[in-house]
Amino acid sequence: MTTADNMNGWEIVIGLEVHVQLLTESKIFSGASTRFGAEPNTQACAIDLGMPGVLPVVNEAVYPKAIAFGLAVGAEIGARSVFDRKNYFYPDLPKGYQITQMDHPIVLGGHADIMLESGELKTINITRAHLEEDAGKSLHEDFQGMTGVDLNRAGTPLLEIVSEPDMRSVAEAVAYAKYIHQLVTYLDVSDGEMSQGSMRCDANVSIRRFGETEMGTRTETKNINSFRFLERAIIHEINRQVAILETGGRVVQETRLYDPDRDETRPMRSKETANDYRYFPEPDLLPVLIDEAYIQDVRNKMPELPSEKRIRFEREHDLPEADAIILTSTTQLADYFERVAATGGDSRLAANWVRVELLSKLNKASIALEEAPVSAEQLGSIVTRIRDKTISGTIAKTVFDGLWSGQAESADDFIASHDLQQVSGTDELEPIVSAIIANNPKQAEQYRSGKTKLLGFFVGQVMKETGGKANPQQVSELTKKLLT
Amino acid sequence: MLHERTITELRLGLENGEFSAEELTRHYLSRLEGPSQDINAFITVTGNIALERAKKSDIDRSKGHAGPLSGIPIAHKDVFCTRGVRTSAGSLILDKFIAPYSATVVEKLEQAGAVMLGKTNQDEFAMGSSNENSHYGPVLNPWDRTRVPGGSSGGSAAAVAAGLCAASTGTDTGGSIRQPSSFCGVTGIKPTYGRISRWGIIAYASSLDQAGPITQTAEDAALMLEVMAGHDPKDSTSIAAGVPRYTDSLANPIKGLRIGLCQEYFDEGLDATTGKLIMEAVAVLESQGAVISEVSLSTTRYAVPAYYVIAPAECSANLSRYDGVRFGHRCENPKDLDDLYKRTRSEAFGNEVKQRILVGAFALSTGYYDAYYRKAQQVRRLIRNDFQEAFKTVDLLLSPTAPTPAFRIGEKSDDQVAMYLQDIYTISSNLAGLPAISIPAGIHGHLPTGLQLIGNYLDEARLLNVAHQYQLQTNWHKLSPPAGGTA
Repeated sequence: MTTADNMNGWEIVIGLEVHVQLLTESKIFSGASTRFGAEPNTQACAIDLGMPGVLPVVNEAVYPKAIAFGLAVGAEIGARSVFDRKNYFYPDLPKGYQITQMDHPIVLGGHADIMLESGELKTINITRAHLEEDAGKSLHEDFQGMTGVDLNRAGTPLLEIVSEPDMRSVAEAVAYAKYIHQLVTYLDVSDGEMSQGSMRCDANVSIRRFGETEMGTRTETKNINSFRFLERAIIHEINRQVAILETGGRVVQETRLYDPDRDETRPMRSKETANDYRYFPEPDLLPVLIDEAYIQDVRNKMPELPSEKRIRFEREHDLPEADAIILTSTTQLADYFERVAATGGDSRLAANWVRVELLSKLNKASIALEEAPVSAEQLGSIVTRIRDKTISGTIAKTVFDGLWSGQAESADDFIASHDLQQVSGTDELEPIVSAIIANNPKQAEQYRSGKTKLLGFFVGQVMKETGGKANPQQVSELTKKLLT
Repeated sequence: MLHERTITELRLGLENGEFSAEELTRHYLSRLEGPSQDINAFITVTGNIALERAKKSDIDRSKGHAGPLSGIPIAHKDVFCTRGVRTSAGSLILDKFIAPYSATVVEKLEQAGAVMLGKTNQDEFAMGSSNENSHYGPVLNPWDRTRVPGGSSGGSAAAVAAGLCAASTGTDTGGSIRQPSSFCGVTGIKPTYGRISRWGIIAYASSLDQAGPITQTAEDAALMLEVMAGHDPKDSTSIAAGVPRYTDSLANPIKGLRIGLCQEYFDEGLDATTGKLIMEAVAVLESQGAVISEVSLSTTRYAVPAYYVIAPAECSANLSRYDGVRFGHRCENPKDLDDLYKRTRSEAFGNEVKQRILVGAFALSTGYYDAYYRKAQQVRRLIRNDFQEAFKTVDLLLSPTAPTPAFRIGEKSDDQVAMYLQDIYTISSNLAGLPAISIPAGIHGHLPTGLQLIGNYLDEARLLNVAHQYQLQTNWHKLSPPAGGTA
């Protein structure tokens, strides 16, 4: 089974908890660096290690980021933001408690309007988003049966975004996760590098018969770090729950882990050892009061949101919605496109070139936009030459290839050095067209007797003769004229 | 004798070249090896470090760079982290813990030129009122070696009383500076919560813990507090307000000062002789022009129960880090993670600590949080309001520091409630975050008795002023325990 949506009369209910690492230089309660990929335990100071006598101090850079996210999803910003201690023992949790927010989260409510495949918008309500510290990592490999602990990640700031159980299909859950990912990267709240753990999802999944109002028993599958794994984990979990319920069993409320190597979820902790986290207000940190002026300041500094940008692209650049959605998928791509359009002077042409040619080349080369060998200005210069009919679309692809492989600095250089300028004068084209007609009397005869489809044949011959440089439209008109 | 001199007197001697800091330090170090150290006041003596700093102090002074406490030999309660020196908090679990950093208080005193002689004994993780809960054994009261010095800063108070250091640092979560100061006949102040940075102080109950000095006189306490107090960016709960020159206001007359006697603090639990001595002290202040009235703090009887919910709740989380994973004691050959946690903590925590962790975890657990923790926080708010109401009519509150003088070692070991009631007069000011001072106010048989003054927020200057004025009229603070301490 590859899709688990709407099966056998079961309704799927999904809620997501998304953990987003905030893009700050230092940790949420210490001055240690948050840079990814350092040698184990080289970025953990006494505070991160939970040494005796140390105290946390909040890194104030986390507030504008959390507030910007809250404003972007239309949430209320908690006027009084309080940290709490969540108590449990684990070797990668140095203090024996995690500093998080329980009763007074910084972001209250809000919603994400996700676009379904049908093109409809669906509102997924957000319950809350709160600030907390990340734990370290337990490393179970390479220690001869022992467990290694790396505390570099301990204390990295997180925003945990909790949704309502509003998603009714795997596709909706993935679309919601992508929406959140897009938003946090747009806002510079997070780098969104999922492979580095910058965004991780916990999926709460249950099923029930259509029409039932009571929720089914849910399971929570934790620490999913890619959209694909999210999809696979939920599909696996739904299938597992359907199989249990259809054979008269009962789903156990538990925490599970998705194993991508075996494509299955399995229980993480049994309920016998279920933790009572004994939350209470963190006495080492005072409540922080966030006033309207502070929020307004964050609001003023917020960049254009994806939805705002999409609407502007449709309006200003006269783009169809589908194109606008693709081109606004990341700020980097949107900026790139706008620079191509500005240089090239034709938005739709620019959109087409970015969306089709550029993206497929990036995809084929498996590189990020930032690494593209053709700059927006270079691609813009190609668009300029298409627009003023110096080159045809077909030739433009050759020019693009040439710039991509570094054979020239600009479109004009490449066109000049490869003599690719379009042949478009009637004086130049007419002898060529006449010669083609003269060399193909049989086809000319058939054309004249009504088989006008052969026009393409003549145009093709002319293009071949001119090495693709002829203006196809002019060739077509000339051919028609000379054949009648 | 050098060790009977106050900080003020020692400063004068050092300035006049009567003796050098090195000579002074050597004198104290010899006492720490002599008969008076039998009271077990120190866990660690740092002789080499002390001599090094004393020599540096002499050089600084010769160059005209003497700090306000240059050359003054002091000791730190072993709950203050001291870089490169064992910091045990009186617990086996930290017996081998060498702190890689110093507490802000330790740094400030070092910068002021003070010479650290060592680390003093205490109740394990500052939990206790008798100093009997130390992994390093009980501290004996220098006035009577069969009796406790009070706790949890028992070593710090006993060391000052016995002339083993000129002054010491302590921490006070429910009376842990004031009650031992009272039992040992010395002066101890717990400032307003947040007045002194908690950075580097091993936490017991974070919302109540506050450091302070233990000295022979109020004047010395003012000198120490000027150095110790102040905002610290490393402690979010430290107060931003500037630190006044406490020594500047010591001489202010106290005529017209309104002192309130809290009637609930003179209850049936108070030893009659202690009560009489306190009233004699009141008469002294009255003769200096203070206006005495009675006030009521009706929430007093809820303070001890509220404290024994809040403090254990916070400690249950604060002590979770002692898990045998990164530092401190670890059990031998753990067979799995659970075994590591359970045996490490069972082996290395004492009974009082274990009991408070259990009580605290219980009070925070699902189904009990509202009945215990939340309720205790509500009580705390009421206590705070009660004090604010009282401070509308009086400037200071006056009471005994503890209901009795020092009790015998082992006397209350089996009666936990009696032990907890030792803190009945001191605990409320921790819950409210108010500053309070204990000063010697008489001799009960052969034992000192302490008087407590409680002030409004950041009113340390007034507490020290009144204490100093009282000490100008009395000699209780000048009494030293008899050599060998008679039983």
